[in-house]
Amino acid sequence: MTTAIESTGLARRFGDTIAVDGVDLAVDAGEIYGFLGPNGAGKSTMVRMLTTLLTPSDGTAVVAGFDVRAKPEQVRLRIGVALQEAALDPKQTGRELLDLQGRLYGLTGAERDQRVTELLRLVDIGDAIDRRIGTYSGGMKRRLDLAAALVHQPDVLFLDEPTAGLDPISRAAVWAEVRYLNEEMGMTIFLTTQYLEEADALAGRVGIIAGGKLVAEGTPTDLKHSVGSDVIVAKVQHGQADRVVAALTGLALLERVEAVGDEIVVSVADGAAAISPVAVALAKAGITVEGLTLRTPTLDDVFLHITGGRLQEDAV
Amino acid sequence: MSAGESRVHPRSAGFFADLRSVSLRAIRLTVRDPEAFVPALIIPVFFFIVNVGALQSFVEGSFPPGYDYKAFQLPVAVVFAVTGVSRANALVLDIRDGYFDRLLLTPVRRGTLLLGLMSADFLLITALTIPVAILGLLVGIHPATGLIGVALFVLIAGLWGLAFTGFPYAIALRTGNPTAVNNAFLLFFPFAFLTTAYIPREAMTGWLSTAVRFNPTTYLLDGMRALLQDGWKWQRIGTAFLAVGVIGAVSFSLAFGALRGRVKRN
Repeated sequence: MTTAIESTGLARRFGDTIAVDGVDLAVDAGEIYGFLGPNGAGKSTMVRMLTTLLTPSDGTAVVAGFDVRAKPEQVRLRIGVALQEAALDPKQTGRELLDLQGRLYGLTGAERDQRVTELLRLVDIGDAIDRRIGTYSGGMKRRLDLAAALVHQPDVLFLDEPTAGLDPISRAAVWAEVRYLNEEMGMTIFLTTQYLEEADALAGRVGIIAGGKLVAEGTPTDLKHSVGSDVIVAKVQHGQADRVVAALTGLALLERVEAVGDEIVVSVADGAAAISPVAVALAKAGITVEGLTLRTPTLDDVFLHITGGRLQEDAV
Repeated sequence: MSAGESRVHPRSAGFFADLRSVSLRAIRLTVRDPEAFVPALIIPVFFFIVNVGALQSFVEGSFPPGYDYKAFQLPVAVVFAVTGVSRANALVLDIRDGYFDRLLLTPVRRGTLLLGLMSADFLLITALTIPVAILGLLVGIHPATGLIGVALFVLIAGLWGLAFTGFPYAIALRTGNPTAVNNAFLLFFPFAFLTTAYIPREAMTGWLSTAVRFNPTTYLLDGMRALLQDGWKWQRIGTAFLAVGVIGAVSFSLAFGALRGRVKRN
């Protein structure tokens, strides 16, 4: 298996702010790698360095076999990028934009026509391809942006939050396109997201970034198992969290007890066996429980366990 | 790659292919954006008519018979029409919309991102000059150098407009701010008004006479007026080209320096 993306100690500073802090990662060719983190974690900065838009302050990165610092032109020929905001020109038509993109990659007229036809099938823009982009919906712009990233058939595709702000139908369409590109075309995909379900559904492996550091990495299943087989979440009244942690600490069957705000997350190996003792312990301690939930762990629980904070406030 | 797709081979398109691609896009979008250049045509025509109407009798009365104030004013109208015309605002939009980054992600030669816009500007500027020059002929100007001189007149105007584009592009690339680009128009005022726009240099005194001496526009206007009023006065015409060259050297240095700063990836 060859490595499509490899970074060693990759870092980027903006003045005194460290946006990315010594990230080591390796993405195999043909893999979908999910880069998960909250806003401001350093995801987009990482993408901009790997795609040659930003020079690293420290460390090295090799993408598609070429160093991003020493051979940026070679990297650009082999990567496709859809940035966080659809990077389009509202006054061109979709066809004109794709054609210009093809010209800048040195494609012949026949190659450009062929690619536009193929991409129209993939991204399903229909007759709108000959309309000005300014008239497109948000979902159509995203799909055209993806098509623009694919004109030259890149080996490695970077998608920076490809579904941010999209409605559920458009999001599902993008997911289907990502799966198709990976499974049918063998494309390596580096996908940043702040949506847990997106990383869970699409990525073969996930890297979790917080505060510019890569804090965890693995398959979604392994990462979730790392916090236990089951999770019990207790929602308690404001200000009681510390008492709950004290009441549950040391209870048999519990692997870990963590508090985030008024929510207590208890990792257990056997949720069905542990939920009753937890409820009894809380009642004995005089805690008013507003909700008690038993579920399997999510990547947000992994994030909570590692960073002490939630990735998504509505994750429970 | 799926079975249904045949492989394409991305490669660097080369300098001239990149230049052509970027220029064609700029030209296409210029044509779709007439509100960006139509006022540039109307305003100088207005000034030409007003200035000639207001000052023709006064100025021509101060010079020997046969002095043609319309021919004196026509270069001013042309310079007003073409100075500051550029796609710098469109460049700012590209930067703000992220499209400039999309272009930077391709193997496009970086210099062509600016040269392509400038070459489209040159075509537009030349196209703006031609109707103003025709207007001059229609109102009775008899160019001393004939139609070849008029063609050279249009070329000088086109090169002047092109030379000036570097300033708004430099501001666009440095700031990415449309307001700052619009304010670049302020640069136009000293160039346009501290010169022989309204009366000949011989009629000026004091500080204005000194300022006019150091303004390249003075020599530009003088060369263009030579073509219309005095014939093939090569020293004056050559000095006009030199003035264009000086402004072009300064503004292009600023613009390409700003481009280097924008793309150096920090």
